[in-house]
Amino acid sequence: MVTMLAQLGRWGLNAVQRLGLAVLLLPAMAAGTVALLRRPMLLLRQIFSIGVLTFSIVAVAGVFVGMVLGLQGYYILAQFAAEEALGVMVAASLVRELGPVVTALLFAGRAGSALTAEIGLMKATEQLSGLEMMAVNPIYRVLTPRFWAGFLSMPLLAAVFSALGVMGGWFVGVVLLGVDDGSYWTQMVLKIDFSDDILNGVIKSVVFGFVCTWIALYQGYHAIPTSAGVGQATTRTVVLSSLVVLGLDFLLTALMFG
Amino acid sequence: MQSNRTIEVMVGTFILAGLVALFFLAIRVSNFSGELGSDSYPLTARFDNVGGLTERAKVTIAGVRVGRVESIRFDPATFEAVVTLRIDNRYNQIPDDTFAKIYTAGLLGEQYIGLDPGGSPFPLKPGEEVVYTQSALVLEDMISQFLFSKAEGGSSGF
Repeated sequence: MVTMLAQLGRWGLNAVQRLGLAVLLLPAMAAGTVALLRRPMLLLRQIFSIGVLTFSIVAVAGVFVGMVLGLQGYYILAQFAAEEALGVMVAASLVRELGPVVTALLFAGRAGSALTAEIGLMKATEQLSGLEMMAVNPIYRVLTPRFWAGFLSMPLLAAVFSALGVMGGWFVGVVLLGVDDGSYWTQMVLKIDFSDDILNGVIKSVVFGFVCTWIALYQGYHAIPTSAGVGQATTRTVVLSSLVVLGLDFLLTALMFG
Repeated sequence: MQSNRTIEVMVGTFILAGLVALFFLAIRVSNFSGELGSDSYPLTARFDNVGGLTERAKVTIAGVRVGRVESIRFDPATFEAVVTLRIDNRYNQIPDDTFAKIYTAGLLGEQYIGLDPGGSPFPLKPGEEVVYTQSALVLEDMISQFLFSKAEGGSSGF
């Protein structure tokens, strides 16, 4: 009984300690931003490996999610003779929910895991200590550019996802199933509001970008410097990011559209 | 690793694609371009009951959208709803004896304001009030009226 209590207590203390370490990373990374501005190539390289390389999977997923939405939406809406509302349904679900969330999940799987593994291996092979030996702050040099790259890439990726999804829904609904082209677009324009729907979607993706990159960097930087530890950290990044994204999405939706 | 030049080009393409997607969402998907903005003028109208009218509902003349509902507030002095309309500047010749009615699009659709122009030669100026209004039809009132008249007719019939 006492051992169980002790285990619970140790687990709780560990969780708080990890949270503290993660929070401490934020001001440290923020402090490196000024130095980063003087070397934009560092940032560009990271936007390349985080944003550009994630682009293709996000684009393909966006088209297919849009097509599935178009197909399922059509079958249901056709029962009520309301196929004209297909555009609204596809666009609203993409822009408000699926765009930011699915992009964040893909981002965690594609870019987040890579970030954790890369930084964890840098730590395991003592490259981070090497940087410190050369009086280079590893947080400024390694973490800050990656953090900003993830933070900036996510909204762009989510926008691409939503836009391609709308096109995918259009392809299935209008081209294949014969929904009227005009009503697909005009109903959408009438019902989707720029600030309520699109800006809120962008805010969501900014929040997700922040959280996913932060988790990935923290897990890598504080990974146990062995091959097993890096593997564990990578797994934790994906699991934790996905759960946090889904939970935060519920919270943000309740705040924004409640 | 690729050369700096290649990375710059790829990142540039990526950022451009993201911005184009955002632009597409703003212009083609949302009502961003449909906002009337500064080239519009306000009119007010008082209704006994606005029913399910909401802000940003459309305002039409002869079924054509000419503006939108900007705000709906309650006037505690007269117990009426004061609706502010924003009409596109292209339609600044609306006569001052125009009738404003609240219609419902379809049986279960949203409510909007239809303006029936009168014959007056004087147009409404910005900020003026549309005097002649007709409230929203409240389905419950109509049904109860119908039931009561039916009940009265039934009792006299026996």
